[in-house]
Amino acid sequence: MTTKTETRAPLPVEFYRSAIGKKWVMAVTGLGIIGFAIAHMIGNLKMFLPPVDGVPDIDIYGEALRRLFVPILPEHVFLWILRTGLIVLFLLHVHAAYSLTVMNHRARPVGYQGPRSYVAANYASRTMRWSGTIFLTFLAFHLADFTWGLPPVAPETWERGAVYANFVATFSRPPVTVLYVTASLLLGIHLYHGAWSMFQSLGINHPRFNRARKVAAYVTSGVITIGFIAPPLAVALGYLK
Amino acid sequence: MNVTLQVWRQKGPGSPGAFKTYQVDAISAEMSFLEMLDVLNERLVNQGEDPVAFDHDCREGICGSCGVMINGRAHGPQPGTATCQLHMRRFPDGSTIVVEPWRAAGFPLVKDLVVDRSAFDRIIEAGGYISVDTGSAPDANLIPVPKTVADTAFDAAACIGCGACVAACPNGAASLFTAAKIGHLNLLPQGHAERWSRTERMVGVMEHYFGSCTNHGECEKACPKEISIDFIAMMNADFLRAKLANRRLAAQYR
Ligand code: FES
Repeated sequence: MTTKTETRAPLPVEFYRSAIGKKWVMAVTGLGIIGFAIAHMIGNLKMFLPPVDGVPDIDIYGEALRRLFVPILPEHVFLWILRTGLIVLFLLHVHAAYSLTVMNHRARPVGYQGPRSYVAANYASRTMRWSGTIFLTFLAFHLADFTWGLPPVAPETWERGAVYANFVATFSRPPVTVLYVTASLLLGIHLYHGAWSMFQSLGINHPRFNRARKVAAYVTSGVITIGFIAPPLAVALGYLK
Repeated sequence: MNVTLQVWRQKGPGSPGAFKTYQVDAISAEMSFLEMLDVLNERLVNQGEDPVAFDHDCREGICGSCGVMINGRAHGPQPGTATCQLHMRRFPDGSTIVVEPWRAAGFPLVKDLVVDRSAFDRIIEAGGYISVDTGSAPDANLIPVPKTVADTAFDAAACIGCGACVAACPNGAASLFTAAKIGHLNLLPQGHAERWSRTERMVGVMEHYFGSCTNHGECEKACPKEISIDFIAMMNADFLRAKLANRRLAAQYR
């Protein structure tokens, strides 16, 4: 005899309905976005490589991205698959963050009337939703600047495919450099908590590796931040022309 | 020693509340925080005023009845200590101390510093037990449990259900409490039979009343039993496995 089981929504839906499920989604999508950020950062560092036959290395890289898997798939197709994946990651990350925030506000409708004194929660962990939201608005600027070439956000001389020239032109404007550096620092702060928090949400916990988790998270956030800041600064300081 | 207290006074759930300042003079530094409140209440009663309502029972840090926010920290400044075990010598003479009830939607205020923590009972009812047939008591140590596992389960079992984790959490989450209760039973062989249903149900009830964990780690620091957030990671892992596990093979999973 089998016992009656309750009717349930499909597993992913049911899982996502719970807060712990949403935290899993935040962690997994966060990990995906970190992976993208690392790849993006490595791509940016190609600004420092010497040109090949007069063509800047980063332009060759950009062209290669558009032509990924080209004899097998038409041009741009694989790039769009990657982009779609990235957009889905962002949407899920933001939606989960939003609904958890709503849930958490409901959990304490009347806040503490006296001052709180925090012991463990730090600046990064308490500003996740702010650093995240502000960074998201920065992304709109960034896309208008580099991908869509919309003036006045993008420089006058913007040209599709001319990554190196666009890069130098955009960071020859000091306020833009300041904005990008600030955004990179903000991302670093977000990752400082997020990259560690991810392990907890995924239930990855082992007394032998718990210290390593922190180290891995801090190194990741540090490397990503520095890797993103270096090329714009190199332009602003005149090292890259 | 003398202290100035700012105590949250509120007649009942619906009525407005406010901090009220009391000067408590000539108390001994060896008094516990609750004994100091007793002194205040005696004086209030003598003056014909309403005493400050606060929860307490064992006064030896094992029942989980006591607990207030003291200067913005659950159970006050001393780590690993419930309010009843906190002594006045921890405060400088002449200091001002702000005393406030736990604040969470799952802990509705009853009066002054007293909140209703029965949401915790609802979580326990959902699976914080093992089902056994009654009969004669089994022999002690009949079921082998590795020492390290027994120790970990015991660390989790130290939870007294005071609610400091919820109070301290910036999100008003009850993850540490629930994780401790789930971890305590899931780790032991006796708890394995109901491992997946317990995890799923207790998490469900927890999320009904409380917020969600964003890994601040405040709860761990506020916990009078210093229960580690490692148990929250364990609960997160078990929750996914509870969703995925083939219940017909429940005992096959570690
Ligand atoms: S009164 Fe029992 S733990 Fe404080």
